[in-house]
Amino acid sequence: MSLFEYAPAPESRAIVDIKPSYGLFIDGEFVDPSDGSAFKSVNPANEEILAEVSSAGQADVDAAMTAARRAYDKVWGPMPGAERAKYLFRIARLIAERSRELAVLESLDNGKPIKESRDVDLPLVSSYFFYYAGWADKLAHAGFGPAPRPLGVAAQVIPWNFPLLMLAWKIAPALACGNTVVLKPAETTPLTALAFAEICQQAELPPGVVNIITGAGETGQTLVSHPGAAKVAFTGSTQVGRQIAKAVAGTDKKLTLELGGKAANIVFADAALDQAVEGIVNGIFFNQGHVCCAGSRLLVQESVAEEVLEKLKRRMETLRLGDPLDKNTDIGAINSAEQLARIKDLTAAGSAEGAQAWSPACDIPESGFWFAPTVFTGVSQAHRIAREEIFGPVLSVLTFRTPDEAIAKANNTPYGLSAGVWTEKGSRILWAATELKAGVVWANTFNKFDATSPFGGLKESGYGREGGRHGLEAYLDV
Amino acid sequence: MTSLLTADAVARVRGLPGVDQVGLEQRAAGLATRSIKTTAKKWAIDTAIRMVDLTTLEGADTPGKVRSLCAKAMRPDPSDPSCPAVAAVCVYPSMVPVAAEAVAGSGVHVASVATAFPSGQAPMEVKIADTKAAVAAGAGEIDMVINRGAFLSGRLDEVYEEIVAVKEACGEAHLKVILETGELATYDNVRAASWLAMYAGGDFIKTSTGKVSPAATLPVTLLMLQAVRDFRDETGRQVGVKPAGGIRATKDAMRYLVTVNEVAGEDWLDPDWFRFGASSLLNDLLMQRQKLATGHYSGPDYVTVD
Repeated sequence: MSLFEYAPAPESRAIVDIKPSYGLFIDGEFVDPSDGSAFKSVNPANEEILAEVSSAGQADVDAAMTAARRAYDKVWGPMPGAERAKYLFRIARLIAERSRELAVLESLDNGKPIKESRDVDLPLVSSYFFYYAGWADKLAHAGFGPAPRPLGVAAQVIPWNFPLLMLAWKIAPALACGNTVVLKPAETTPLTALAFAEICQQAELPPGVVNIITGAGETGQTLVSHPGAAKVAFTGSTQVGRQIAKAVAGTDKKLTLELGGKAANIVFADAALDQAVEGIVNGIFFNQGHVCCAGSRLLVQESVAEEVLEKLKRRMETLRLGDPLDKNTDIGAINSAEQLARIKDLTAAGSAEGAQAWSPACDIPESGFWFAPTVFTGVSQAHRIAREEIFGPVLSVLTFRTPDEAIAKANNTPYGLSAGVWTEKGSRILWAATELKAGVVWANTFNKFDATSPFGGLKESGYGREGGRHGLEAYLDV
Repeated sequence: MTSLLTADAVARVRGLPGVDQVGLEQRAAGLATRSIKTTAKKWAIDTAIRMVDLTTLEGADTPGKVRSLCAKAMRPDPSDPSCPAVAAVCVYPSMVPVAAEAVAGSGVHVASVATAFPSGQAPMEVKIADTKAAVAAGAGEIDMVINRGAFLSGRLDEVYEEIVAVKEACGEAHLKVILETGELATYDNVRAASWLAMYAGGDFIKTSTGKVSPAATLPVTLLMLQAVRDFRDETGRQVGVKPAGGIRATKDAMRYLVTVNEVAGEDWLDPDWFRFGASSLLNDLLMQRQKLATGHYSGPDYVTVD
């Protein structure tokens, strides 16, 4: 036992009121699904069943789309922007007021550490609503013509890694622009979206403007291929993104996709190395690596590679894995058994192909889904772990000798969501940012999000932008 | 230890990697969010008490004031004999004889600020004489100030040579080198000064005199902890760290200990390698200690003023 063993400091879950079962949120009310089918949402940290959640079928999707269409035609579409803004501001304030409760619920359902749901997710969630509330009455000045029009009903499907934040990225701009929405959260993390439905009631949002339907992939498929959707927005895997693109092809639906990534985090020899190590850790171990823009490929200049790796390993020794509700936890649980199996499969492939895995000593809890932070050295571009998105706390380390080689390796991926550059030299940052084929390039930082900044990918990482002024375009007829 | 030539030391210090201000401060802010409770807090409070250099550095200091400081250093909480003693008392050279006599045999060290503290603006022979006098009077630890004027004008060789000379004048006494980080202005300068002091033979690197604002900050201390850690990796020699000035609350002391634990490692979680230069911190530690022991908060009248 170490000299300074931190005693557990768990956040109380008493603040959260989880119901034993949830219906679908359609037309402002919670309703039972038409065929009564349901599934369970579990706490990935201990496999405890948190609640039973309804599974929406075709009839339920139809009902939600009809409600959304009616709300769009009768209430939300014709409403002046300044009035819509009031509702959005009210939602933003309610989220901020209930942020502790929502953070605890998010950590329970998702497995992410409370310090991230509390200090990162929730502040961002309310800030996206505040930000887009501000745009609602200024759309004519957003650069999309004097009178941009909303599209209609938006069908939105979001992933399990940032459940509430992805909801905010989807719903806030859609509503600000005058659209109504039907949103399906991921089947492993539906609870905060259902809590958001309660917030919509609390804010007295007109019925049908926001509809939340829960279910697995089939429900999502029914939703995105529904003829009533004028707009489809999806965040998730590239594989599912492809299916959606096919389903939408040939229709007049607008589509934005925010898909996978395999970001390069490039550390040049002249970087502030101690801070670069922090950036590497934040780049890949933030949210257990369940981040589509995670810096999962570390490209480090050969002359400092050994030093950086030594510092990185020492830093990883201090990462604390365990109870997501403990305020001192740095790495929480893997979201599901399926995801854990995928991480194990890919890391096994890494070892089989000759890369060397290293993890710090850490106790893995007995129940729940867990994976120790892992770094692979001796990785080459030809390895699966350097090509495929692992979506877990697994870092692949590659080296380079010259700046051109760094760029060539960084761009040698089917993805193009994000990249990071670490150097004290300003001119090199500007040069690298121009050369890198990625939607976001972070310089001397990583995984920074802001409501005012557009986010999205190139190549197989998808198309369209969310956030910022650019994010409005996806929900306007321009 | 003066194994490096001045020119070599200066060249190495100039070649150190940069410090990114945003990243450093973000890391410090992250460490400050660790939640320390119950058993860990009890351990940390006692450890922090054992690390305090109880200090009085005022023009108005009298032998009586120093004697009562020494009494408090040896027995910080008269109501609880299980309370550990502090590491040292820190006084001006003229008060060293009084302090040395008062703490004799107790295990509490006597530290003295020398070298024309706090400005350091005196001729070299005066600084050496100041140091020698303090050691001769019984100081086991010397807190010297570096020549910030020389450092800021780029004369690193002069800074290095002064530290070497003072270290020699210390003889057996431990040398703590005060960088006065508030006057060095940039984190790059703090890192350079830290390494210069270590190469020159300093046993401790210390943030501040307490007479300049800002004094100790968490990011600066974090940076110095990285420096001692890296220095030990390079040379095998371990150097201590002492933040001083402005640390008043137990909550802050906890944050420093967390930083020591996670940045330099637990080898530094010991009064031999980490100290707090403080005067008012001790009472807050004592009040928190009483609260943990009794379950209720008694207030400032339940600890001694000096």
